[in-house]
Amino acid sequence: MRGPWSLLRGSLTGALIGVTINDRYASFVTVHGSSMLPTLECHPAKDRALVSRLCLDTRFGFSRGDVVLFRSPTDHRELMVKRLLALPGDWIQVPSAKEIRQVPEGHCWVEGDNADVSWDSRCYGPIPLGLMQGRVTHIVWPLNRIGRVERKMPEGRVMQR
Amino acid sequence: MSGFARRLAGFPWREFAADAFSRVFLIAQAVCAVHVVNAHVCSLAVVTGPSMLPSMNLAGDVVAVDRVSARLGRVASGDAVLLISPEDPRKPVVKRVLGMEGDAVTFLVDPGNSDESRTVVVPQGHVWVQGDNIYASRDSRHFGPIPYGLITGKVFCRSSMAMVCLVSLTLNF
Repeated sequence: MRGPWSLLRGSLTGALIGVTINDRYASFVTVHGSSMLPTLECHPAKDRALVSRLCLDTRFGFSRGDVVLFRSPTDHRELMVKRLLALPGDWIQVPSAKEIRQVPEGHCWVEGDNADVSWDSRCYGPIPLGLMQGRVTHIVWPLNRIGRVERKMPEGRVMQR
Repeated sequence: MSGFARRLAGFPWREFAADAFSRVFLIAQAVCAVHVVNAHVCSLAVVTGPSMLPSMNLAGDVVAVDRVSARLGRVASGDAVLLISPEDPRKPVVKRVLGMEGDAVTFLVDPGNSDESRTVVVPQGHVWVQGDNIYASRDSRHFGPIPYGLITGKVFCRSSMAMVCLVSLTLNF
């Protein structure tokens, strides 16, 4: 019976190619929290976003203001989406603590757009760039919210290296 | 000219294209299979440097890294792990896990010069990593406990570079 074996082989090939594309080129992520309002919403429908993995190559091309996907520093199974505000060597003003901190080598500072409910670097400090899993580039669902996710920086909070 | 055009038209373009496509597709499948195994199942890495002496050679060792255990969270104290350096995301390093989250780790601050020791409790989601050679290793004693998400694999097999070269040469002849 050639039927089931060729189906099995076809689905295995499809899975291999799908996993490779998911790891190296582009992936999709669903937004669960409201820490990135108004950029990414989860009510009334959870936004689905396109994540580019091309920035994870040897050049590690992240820019200030990008919305990034990373592994949570307190639970490696959880993925979080926040905006990257500062790169290694930058000085960032932390409003709640009324202090200015320098981002150490190999780390970055991430904050959610919705400052009131966002649990981010203001709570757990700068995170290693090794936790980065990609850059959110577009919203693909729901249809009325399709579009680019723009790079945005808050005024006067970050002094670049 | 018309003879050339006739030869061009007689060339089996469709079969040629189909053959080329199937070969390229086969190569693409092989590349994808290699990537999936390398990134999700098991991988090899070359480690150099003095920070894991005497467990690992100064000149270079080949280690086999298990990616499944790390992703499932089955890393415990005493395991040698491959991780992304928190000081440079492009650099993979091998260190040994000495404390999981919640553990209290006691370490010598400056082993070559003083006896001072310090105790640190590892926060949630983090691990404490140290090189076996505490005199020549840059590890959690310098950059603090690292998030578990930086661990990319657990080392389960080690062989010297010389042995690997010898074995592969023998197998090829």
